[in-house]
Amino acid sequence: MITPSIWFTRHMQALLSALGRVLRRPMASLLTTVVIGIALSFPATLWLLVKNAEQVTGGIAEAVDITVYLKTEVPLEEAEKLAASLKLRNSIDEVTLIPAEQGLLEFRDRSGFGAALDALPENPLPHVLVLRPSTAHSSADEVEALKTDLAGFPEVEAAQVDTQWVRRLAAILQMLEDLFKAIALMLGVGVLAVIGNVTRLEIGARRAEIEVTKLVGGSNAFVRRPFLYEGLLFGAIGGLIALAITQAVMFALDIPVARLATLYGSEFRLAGLGAADAATLLLLGAGLGLAGAWLGAARHLSRIEARG
Amino acid sequence: MIRFERVSKRYPNGREALRDVTLQIGAGEFVFLTGRSGAGKSSILKLVALLERATRGSVTVNGQDTGSLPARAIPAFRRRLGVVFQDHQLLMDRPVYDNVALPLIVSDTPFRDIDKRVRAALDQVGLLQYERALPLELSIGEQQRVGIARAVVARPTILIADEPTGNLDHALARDVMQLFKRFQEVGVTVLIATHDLTLVHEFGQREIHIADGQVIA
Repeated sequence: MITPSIWFTRHMQALLSALGRVLRRPMASLLTTVVIGIALSFPATLWLLVKNAEQVTGGIAEAVDITVYLKTEVPLEEAEKLAASLKLRNSIDEVTLIPAEQGLLEFRDRSGFGAALDALPENPLPHVLVLRPSTAHSSADEVEALKTDLAGFPEVEAAQVDTQWVRRLAAILQMLEDLFKAIALMLGVGVLAVIGNVTRLEIGARRAEIEVTKLVGGSNAFVRRPFLYEGLLFGAIGGLIALAITQAVMFALDIPVARLATLYGSEFRLAGLGAADAATLLLLGAGLGLAGAWLGAARHLSRIEARG
Repeated sequence: MIRFERVSKRYPNGREALRDVTLQIGAGEFVFLTGRSGAGKSSILKLVALLERATRGSVTVNGQDTGSLPARAIPAFRRRLGVVFQDHQLLMDRPVYDNVALPLIVSDTPFRDIDKRVRAALDQVGLLQYERALPLELSIGEQQRVGIARAVVARPTILIADEPTGNLDHALARDVMQLFKRFQEVGVTVLIATHDLTLVHEFGQREIHIADGQVIA
């Protein structure tokens, strides 16, 4: 009895009637969709910021160098020998020797303490080895172990790793990501509640129509359909608004971020939402709208029965 | 065909509307259900349309024991039934045409059939020229006939009506009854609850009299 074309027609009818009802009250519909749009734009913006932050810090976090300060009495030849032997280890990719003289020159150039340094009777700086652990052995624990090993060498005064700030950075990013998840969850539930409530009001306003429809044999699915489409539309339009808000925020941040990046000598530019991200946001909005309407309809439609 | 077997109906508020009612209405019959207000006429109609369920006993409609019908089967059950109420329950913000088309739309009837059948039903009640009008632009009698068109548009085998002439003067009431009679003549089972005894006697059809929740005659 029900052919695909009838099925399709019925759904188009429900969609059109839902669209008609959304457009008939432009102000109320606008308010609802803007609330949904703002709610969705929060997590979307935060997600973009986290993604960008990971992008910009990704290169840094990998490069953890170990700085080894040799004792001042160690001569240059021994430092060179030590560098050569360390280079043979497969846990170490690169060894750079900075002789004390070169270190002093660099320090003089950069620090501006030239006159003071000239006053010193001898070079106070030791020879320094800068080691880069190989990528296969660059976990924080392994680097830490390597550092401890090096510190035990008789020629070594001290070994130092800057893992602390890398760990802090990773922790901050992790926290932002967790924050994003928590906010996304809360606001998602908020969107469900908003649409569920809109559906409840709409069902109340159309009570007579629902009763009559059930009286003449309308099934629950038939009665529910236009409300589901309405929720779907609200959610999808809300997703569209969220997309616009998020892109606007990114656009506004683009120039200041580029200026900041230039000051740090970086070519970094903010990445906005890609096509796949935009589609995800729209689908998410539509899905939340549908789910919210379903919850509202399930709860309130069952209470309405045909009456004689 | 409608059969009640030892049916009792008690509402949640404790009122016992029907007590041990047994009656049978054959296919194609025209039956008046008479009695004072509150005697139980409406309860019988509600049990037939599955707007209520019997507290005890069994109600069989079209060979279907309604007591064993699950809730999800009720819509399909109601589509085989035409129902008219005194409060005609039209959608006031929809044109006459849309009101009459509703039972066909909920039963997934193809479009070209809907148009044909809605016009046929409106023609039968003499309202074809009002298909674009809103119900409030019509008189009470005309609104009642829109309700009848809606009840018959899906070609039900059973037509039930609760005080369909309650708001009408005698001449209009007789017109409406004649309309019902015409549907019976083409094979529809018609069950009408009314307290208008003058009209009942005028039509001289079978009468089931209800008093105090029981069948008297």
